[in-house]
This record gives sequence, C-alpha cells and structure tokens, in this order.
Amino acid sequence: MPDQTPFPTYMKDVLLRLKKQLPCRDNEVSMLLSLFGEPQHYSYPSILIYGHRATGKTFVTQTVLQELKLPHAFVSMVECFTPRLLFQQILSQLSSLYPSLDEEFHCETLNDFIRIFRQLSTSNVLDQQTVYIVIDQAEVLRDMDANLLPGFLRLQELVGGNITVIFLTEIVWEKFRPNTGCLEPILFYFPDYTKAELQQILCKDRHPEFSDDLYATYINILLGVFYAVCRDLCELRHLAALNFSKFCEPLLKGEVRESDTHKLWRSIEPHLRKAMQTVYLREVSSLQWEMMQDTKEETGYLKGLSAYTHVDLPYYSKFLLIAAYLASFNPARTDKRFFLKHHGKMKKVTFLKKHEKTSNHLLGPKPFPLDRLLAIFYSIVDSRVASTANIFSQISSLVTLQLLTLVGHSDQLDSPKYKCTVSMDFICAIARTVNFDIVRYLYDFL
Amino acid sequence: MTTSSVSKGCFVFKPASKKQRILSAGDYFHDEDEESASSKLRFETLQSLWQQIKLETDSIQEELNKNILDSLAEFARTSTTFFRSKTDEWTFRMRSSEIPTAALVLGVNVTDHNMTFQNLSELLHQSVTPYVVGLDAKDCPSLKHTVQKVLLQLMGYHLSVEEDEEEPQPKANISGIPKKRIQCSIATLCEWYQTVTKDSNGLSPSKKRKSTLGKFGQNPPIVVIFKDLESFTSKVLQEFIIICSQYIHQLPFIFIFGIATSPATVHRMLPHSVSSHLCIELFQSLSCTKHLATVMDKLILTTSFPFKLNGKTLQVLLSIFLFHDFSVRNFIKGLQLSLMEHFYNQPLSVLCCDKHKASKRAQVLSSEECENVRQLPSFMRYVENQEPDEQVKLLTDDHHLKEVVQQLLKQLHLYHKNYYPVLRCLHILTSSLPKYPLGKQIRELHSMCLERNVWETEEYKSAFQLLRLMAKDELLTGFNKCLEILTYGKGKVINEVQEKLETFVKLFQELDNISLDYKEDDGEDTSPQKGFQQKTDLFHLQKTLLEMKELKKNKKLTKFEMLRLEAIDFIDHIVKKHLLPPEYLALHEVVYYSCSGTLRKHLNAAPRTAIQTALNNPYKYLPNESLQSDGGAISSTAPDICIAYKLHLECGRLINLYDWLEAFGTVVSATEGNDTESPVIDDVKHARFIRAVSELEFVGFVKPTKKKTDHVARLTWGGC
Repeated sequence: MPDQTPFPTYMKDVLLRLKKQLPCRDNEVSMLLSLFGEPQHYSYPSILIYGHRATGKTFVTQTVLQELKLPHAFVSMVECFTPRLLFQQILSQLSSLYPSLDEEFHCETLNDFIRIFRQLSTSNVLDQQTVYIVIDQAEVLRDMDANLLPGFLRLQELVGGNITVIFLTEIVWEKFRPNTGCLEPILFYFPDYTKAELQQILCKDRHPEFSDDLYATYINILLGVFYAVCRDLCELRHLAALNFSKFCEPLLKGEVRESDTHKLWRSIEPHLRKAMQTVYLREVSSLQWEMMQDTKEETGYLKGLSAYTHVDLPYYSKFLLIAAYLASFNPARTDKRFFLKHHGKMKKVTFLKKHEKTSNHLLGPKPFPLDRLLAIFYSIVDSRVASTANIFSQISSLVTLQLLTLVGHSDQLDSPKYKCTVSMDFICAIARTVNFDIVRYLYDFL
Repeated sequence: MTTSSVSKGCFVFKPASKKQRILSAGDYFHDEDEESASSKLRFETLQSLWQQIKLETDSIQEELNKNILDSLAEFARTSTTFFRSKTDEWTFRMRSSEIPTAALVLGVNVTDHNMTFQNLSELLHQSVTPYVVGLDAKDCPSLKHTVQKVLLQLMGYHLSVEEDEEEPQPKANISGIPKKRIQCSIATLCEWYQTVTKDSNGLSPSKKRKSTLGKFGQNPPIVVIFKDLESFTSKVLQEFIIICSQYIHQLPFIFIFGIATSPATVHRMLPHSVSSHLCIELFQSLSCTKHLATVMDKLILTTSFPFKLNGKTLQVLLSIFLFHDFSVRNFIKGLQLSLMEHFYNQPLSVLCCDKHKASKRAQVLSSEECENVRQLPSFMRYVENQEPDEQVKLLTDDHHLKEVVQQLLKQLHLYHKNYYPVLRCLHILTSSLPKYPLGKQIRELHSMCLERNVWETEEYKSAFQLLRLMAKDELLTGFNKCLEILTYGKGKVINEVQEKLETFVKLFQELDNISLDYKEDDGEDTSPQKGFQQKTDLFHLQKTLLEMKELKKNKKLTKFEMLRLEAIDFIDHIVKKHLLPPEYLALHEVVYYSCSGTLRKHLNAAPRTAIQTALNNPYKYLPNESLQSDGGAISSTAPDICIAYKLHLECGRLINLYDWLEAFGTVVSATEGNDTESPVIDDVKHARFIRAVSELEFVGFVKPTKKKTDHVARLTWGGC
C-alpha cells in the first residue's frame, strides 16, 4: 500500500500487519477495505466474493474482519443443513456482541430471524457499527428455502440496521440469480495466484532447519512438476510437506551440496512425478507414502486404490450384469439378431437408422426394462435357470452395489427400468471369467 | 345367543376368552399320533446339536476375521497416536490434516457383513475408543439424518454411562445439555466431546473415571463406520466428510468405509476436492469362497457332528451359494433348516447323535420305532442279503433287531471315521493335477463321492492315469501331505493305511540311490522317433504310431515305475474300500438328510412357478374335488382366471379380446348343458370375463396394447 493511507480510521500498524499476513492479496484487501468504509458508515447490503478453491477468499475476509475488530458472524453453509441451524449459528455468534440477546431464542424461519435482529439493532449497543455476516460456501443456499437467498441479499433493508452480508463461493453469480429477481450484490472476483505468487507464498513456510534458498529451490522444482495439474495452494503445501524429507535425503547423507541444484533436481524429480500419480490422486494415502519413503522400499509394491478393480460376483449375477450391459449398449431392435437362431441376414448398414451410426459406447448406457434384461439373461446363460426369487433379489443387490442403477423413481413397481453403469473393461473381465465372448454380442463391434 | 334385554338392538358379544397357548418351538415337534417322549428327545437332540454347530460357526467366523479386525484396531490406534504425537513437527504443521480412513473391502455378500461390523465395533469398544458409530445407508438419506444418527449414538452412549455412576454433580452437569433442545450439528458434538474429555481428564476426583480413561488415553478417537458405502448418496457423504474435516482439529475422527465391490468406488463417489480430505488405507478381508471352504471343512467334512447332508441337498446349498448370493450366513441357515427338517420328519433321527448315546438309545427303541427301522429301504436291502432264518429273526424279534441296529450304527460311525481322511488324501493327490479332473475344491470331490461310486466315473479314471505318470518328487510331496493328515485320524484302518504309505515313501526315497537305469531308457526312446520323421505317408504314420504304442506296452518298466504303479494301485484300493456312497450303508437314513426338494422349495422360492401352477392346476391350492383336472382339458368349474389363463395360452402374441370372450363363454356355459352353437354371453359372464382378464393383467401375463384395437399383448416373462 502506498504511504498515504486511504483508510485513515484504521491504525497504520494494523494495516501493515494485514499486509504481512496476506501476501499477494494487496489489491483484494484494499478493495475490501474500501467497500467496508468506516465502521459507522453504511456499507453495501451484500457482497459476493467468488474465485477458485484456495485463492484466499475465506482467509482474507476472516483476517480482515478479525484484525480490524469489526463485529461479525462467520458461518459455513455446509454445516447448516437446515435454516434453523443457520440462524442459530449467526445469532449465537452475535450474542457476544449484544448482551441483551436472550440465550433461549427461538428461530425457525427467516421471519423470526429478522424480528430478533431488528430488536437487537434498536438496542444500539454497537454504536451504529456495521455488522458483517459472512456466509461461506454460499452455493448451498440455492438448494434451501427459496426465500433465504433473496432475504439475505437485502437483509440491510429488511432489518433496517447497519448490516452487510458477504457471500463466499466458488461459482459465479449467474448461477445464483433466482428467477424471481432479487437485489444484485456487489461482485468481487478473487483471481488465482500466479506461479510467482505461489512460489512466494509457499516459500514463506520453510523448514526451520534449512536455509531460505534451499527451500526456494525445492519449491521451484515442486511447482515445475505440479503447476500443470494443481494450483490449489493447500494441496501444494501438503505435497511440499510430504516430499521434503526425500528432497533433503541426499543433503543429509552428504552426497550433494546445497548449491548443486541440478543434482538435487535429478534426484527428486522422478519421485515427485510418482507422487503426482499416487498421493496427489489419493490412490495411496499420505501415511503410506511417508512410510514408503522412510523404509526406502522400492516402489511398485504399493498398489493404488484403483488397481483393485476385480469384483467377485456369484455366477448368475455375472450373467445378469452381462445381460444388463448388452441391453444398455445394444439397440433393442438388434436383439433379434443376436439372440434368435433364425434371425435372417441383416446387414449392418442397411437397417441402420441415422442416429444409430454413432457408437453407443460414446453415448453411454441407455435404460432398458426388466423384461428385456431377463429375456437376454435367459438366452445367454447356458443352463436352464428357473426364475426364482433369488434371481430377482440378485438384480436388486446389483442395484445396491451400484453396478446397475434404477432409472426413474423407485415407486414404479410395474416395469422398472435400469441402466448398467459398469465400464467396458470391467464387463470384459467379468465375461472372461465365465467364458463368454461379449464382444461378439456388442452391436458397436460388429 | 340371547340377552335378558327387552329392547331390540345390537349387542356385542365378546367371544369367551379362550386361552391361546403360545406354542414354543418344541411344541411343534409333538404330533398327535406320536408318543411325545421320542419327539421331545428328538427336539432336545436337535437343540443341543444346533448349539454345537452354532458355537463352531461363531468360532470359525471369529478366527477368520481376527486378522483383519486386529489390523483395523491397530490402524485406529496408531493413526490417532500418530496425529497426536507429532503436532509440533514441521511436516505435520504443514500438511493438510486429513481424516484417517480405512477402506475395508468385504466382498459382495452383504448379508454376512453385519456380523463382521458387530465384531469390529465390539473390538474397538474394548481396546481403542468408547466412541464408535455405525451408520447404515438406509438410515442416512440426508445429511441431517446422518448427523442426527451420529449424535444419537455418541451422546446416547455417554448418557447411559453417566446413569451408572452415582455421583450427582457430573450428572447435573452433563444432563443439562440434552434437556435443552439439542442443536443437531457437529458443533454441538464438538462441545460435548470437549466436556467429556475434560471431565475424564481427571479434574473430577472419581476413581472410576480415571480407570476408564487410562484405558483409552487422553483423546479417544471417534470412529465412524459406514457399513455400506455404495448405498450412501454421494452428496450426503461428501458434505459429511467436508464438515468433519473442518472439525478434525477438535474431534479426532476416524472413518471406516465398508466396501462391497472394489476400492475404486471411493474415487467414483468422491471428487478429488473431497477425497483430498481423506487419508485412505486399504484393508482386504478374506474372500467368501475361502470362508465357505473353512466352514465346509469344520462343519461338513468332519465326524464331530453326527448329522450329514446327502449329495443332492449339499448340492442345493452349494449352488445357492455359488450361483446366487455368496453368503456364508445363508449357507449356515440352510444347514440349520435341513437339520430341523431332518429331526422333524425322520422319527428315527433320535439315533442321530454321537456313538455312545446312539447305541444307548438303540437299546431302548420302542416297538413302533423298531417297525420304523424295518421299513427303512436301506434296512430292507440289508435284510434281503441275510440268511433266511436271520431274516425272520430280524423281522420278528425286536430284541435281536436292537442288537443289529447297534452294530449297524457302529459301522456307520466307522465308515465316517475312515471316509474323511481318505477323502482328504485323495483330494491332496488329485488337486494339483492339470485341469483338475476331480475338482479344485474338496467340496466338489465330496459331492462326487456322495452321489455315486467315484471310481466308476470318467474323471476318476483320467485322474488316475495322470497320477500314474506323476514325477517322483511331486508324488512324494503328495504322500507326505497325506501322511500328515492321516496322523490326525484315529482307528485301526487309518493306522494301517498310514503304515503302508510310510513304507511306500521309504521305498521311493531308497530309489534315489539306484536311479541309474533311468538313462538307458532315454536312449531307447529316441530310435523310433527317427524313423517317424522320414515317413510322411498317412498309412505308415499310423503303423509307426501303433508300433510305438506296442513298444511302450512291452517296454520293461523301471523300478520306479513299478513302485509307482503299486502305490497308485494301493490308493485306488483304499478309495474303493472307503469312499463308498453312503446310500449303500444300512441305516444311512438316520443321519443323512435327503429331501433336497423341500430344501430347494424353502430356500430358492420360485414365485412365477407357483403362480403358473396355481393357474394350471388350481386343485393344488384349492383342494376341491371338482377341480381335480383330467389332463389338458379345461374344466368349467375352475376359477375364471384359470379358464382365461388356459385359453390365453393357445393364442399368439396378440390376443383378440372378442375371440377370447367367445371361447370363455363356451367353456363356462359347458356346465349348464346347453350345447347350442353359439353360447349366450350375458352380462354376468361378460363381467366375469373382464374381471378375469384384468386379474391376469395384474398378475402380469397380458398387457393392453395400442398396436391393434380390441387386442391385448401376451407377455413373455409374465409374472416377473
């Protein structure tokens, strides 16, 4: 910030502290401060701050409010799954400000909330200071009662007091706007950190036992690998912490000097690449990853979560699943050709409709009725199977295992429709275990 | 009924209260015509036997799960200590705090999992933390319900503990919270947790508390078990995880995901932004087929339980397991059902108990039971093979019969005693053969032996051909394993077999010294092959092949080969002696349950077949004499829906409703005896027909169609 402070009401040292705590967010902080104005001034009724994950929205807002000691309440919407919880959280946080607020308040609706709030603001304990209500993860508000979002947007007007509501979210305002119209908030975008900024921030928390330069080198290498896939500050910091011990290993052993950055890079780079494929994707847990580093055990022994795709199913379940897959990916008109003995010659090209020319595998699974599933099932299973209750219960257990999904509402008992949700690889593996050549039955591969 | 009242009106008469006796399970065993002593005895035997089996299954389950449960408990313990101990280290401060999560892969047999989870939560309760929450997907359709469930289980548990203690002070302290309307949020939980742990941190002087606290350490973790991860809505799960991760510094959560399919589901359900809050470690439990193998081993292939299943019933249970559900629990339930059926239906099952008890009971058989014994098919066969005077004696003298029954029971026990070790030996020798002619699993071999003379099957012959070609070291390892098994067996016969095998092993080992004549053979072998390459003519080729065959036959066997032949022949011999199907033994009905049909009917119900039977042959369910059908003819006395059903069977895919109605009218009016050409279809008949058709539609055999007016479509998979 320039020397002549634009915010004369605040102490200079407070502003300096803010600047130190919030690196690379100077613009945002000053913008926020100018929006807030002086404590006694009325601010804009609602501000919507949006930006990607880990761009400092929450942190900046919270730090500014706390450092300037402004009266505020901070709620995270994910926690408040009912409106009552939301109101009560706000009120209980504000209750420290208003001694007159009764502990036993009853607040079920927005109406109650505004009534209570109005009483509070008339009491005038706060000397007309602006009260800030910060709502984190505000996108959840959209799924709640229809009056909540518009209500909070113009809370200042409804309560008639000096209140500003700040919404924090990762999505843009266009996705919020209710179709009944509402007060438009001030939009305020937090841009992503640039690579240089990331570097600067990450370097701030260096390991106490190592020099600044070394840590900067390390962060530089780390960003070189991960910047292409991940710009999430928290995640990068996590990864930096996980892999630092490996980076220091040659140094501690005395094999490499600190200044020899190229050698350090050579030793750590493959390791980081592997981390990108495992730890970063949560295929391997961070504990296991550290353990692996400690024991120096050679890689490959730790398989990621996705490596275990094999699912053992009962014999008929396998056939049911195969039948479901065929029903999902073959057009119903072609069933005759695959499952009837004397289907007559039908050439692929001649009886194709136009839209069927695109691969069904690209379009995804299509819903099919239960009858069709059973018809295919009975024609592909070799032995004669009685249609017992167990067969039907197997279908529903496939649904609970999420290998099939029920399309439409589960109330529909008459002719339920299903979709097969497994992948081609999965079904091929299943079909192989029962010696069924599934590719021969798939219309796309004719 | 009369009343003393003069007025006309309605009076309520309550039926004289008959004391309805609630039947206990044992009462069902008493039949009117049977004396109750024997049925009571049978019931008691059943109960004690089932208790034994249940104990055994429970211990099997515990043993099998022990490894995985222990490692999970260890995980819970270490991950909490890990997170607590390193709080001031640099790496720990820097890395994002993840929730330790165990992904527990359990297999698709969801019905078996409950037991595992119960054991798991008990174990965690005992050794890691008092705060364990189990969540079922069906209880958690929304985030609110989920949080409610967690709070209820955690704080409810705590309250129940509080009530046990007599101190008034903390009671007032804690119970102050629930009296107020609890806010259902994790924040409340957080408050509660802090008070609880602070309380138990020794501020209060209660000694009891300190002892409980010492067991779990300072901040015992909160373990949340998601029993069936796949069934949870991913939105609920994601939000719950996000909330929990916000509180991780105050509440040491640990998650356990029960996964039925594959661990990749975690990634399918949770996006990266959510799964980055988790630190997932994988745990894989034992596969259900291995579980079944152990159960078979401990319950079926053993002499410790007198009750046996015959080939067909075992097949029914196994096929339900393998084809339908993979559930060991259902398998054991099936076993229980067959046990019950056996003791209920077979009066002679009194004798189905251990050896000494059985012979004691055989001594006190009543005359009625003796008659039952005589009527057993296997006993009749036995009688037929005896001398004529012995036959008379058996059929008339109860006392003599009892003696013989005791003898036969002893033989039966002896048979079982020898059967299982020999079966295991045969399995060991044949399970490593290429293509597994006698099955990979011992259960396949067992059911083969139960059904017929195993040595007459093709598979057996090919297996023994392969055995006769086996290399020495393989054969020796096989024999050594057999010897190991035989040492567990007791009894004269087994000991003899063991000795004989030992001598074979010794002889084989001695052969090592004089194995030189092997190499000479190799030299001989090459000569015919040379000639074989020159001749390309088909005729000559055939000739040389024949010659080669002759040569092989005439070739002098080496010592090893002779010994091998001898050993295999010996195995063949003991198999023929001891692996007889039980049907050949007298009195096998006493211990073998054979009603596979009943079992199938109970365990693998076929609703569609039942409906079709009802429609085809209503007499089966409505025992009315006039319904007894005579072949394929449509009886006019049958219920309307049956008539309509039978008529619709004769139609094609589309059924003309008017034709159908005509036919229906003809059939219905056949009783009235007026055989005019066109039956009159009055309103009543019309209405009956319409009702029958709509009933058929309801059951799912026809459905209305728009393809043609006044037609309905037949459904291929009616009744589904």
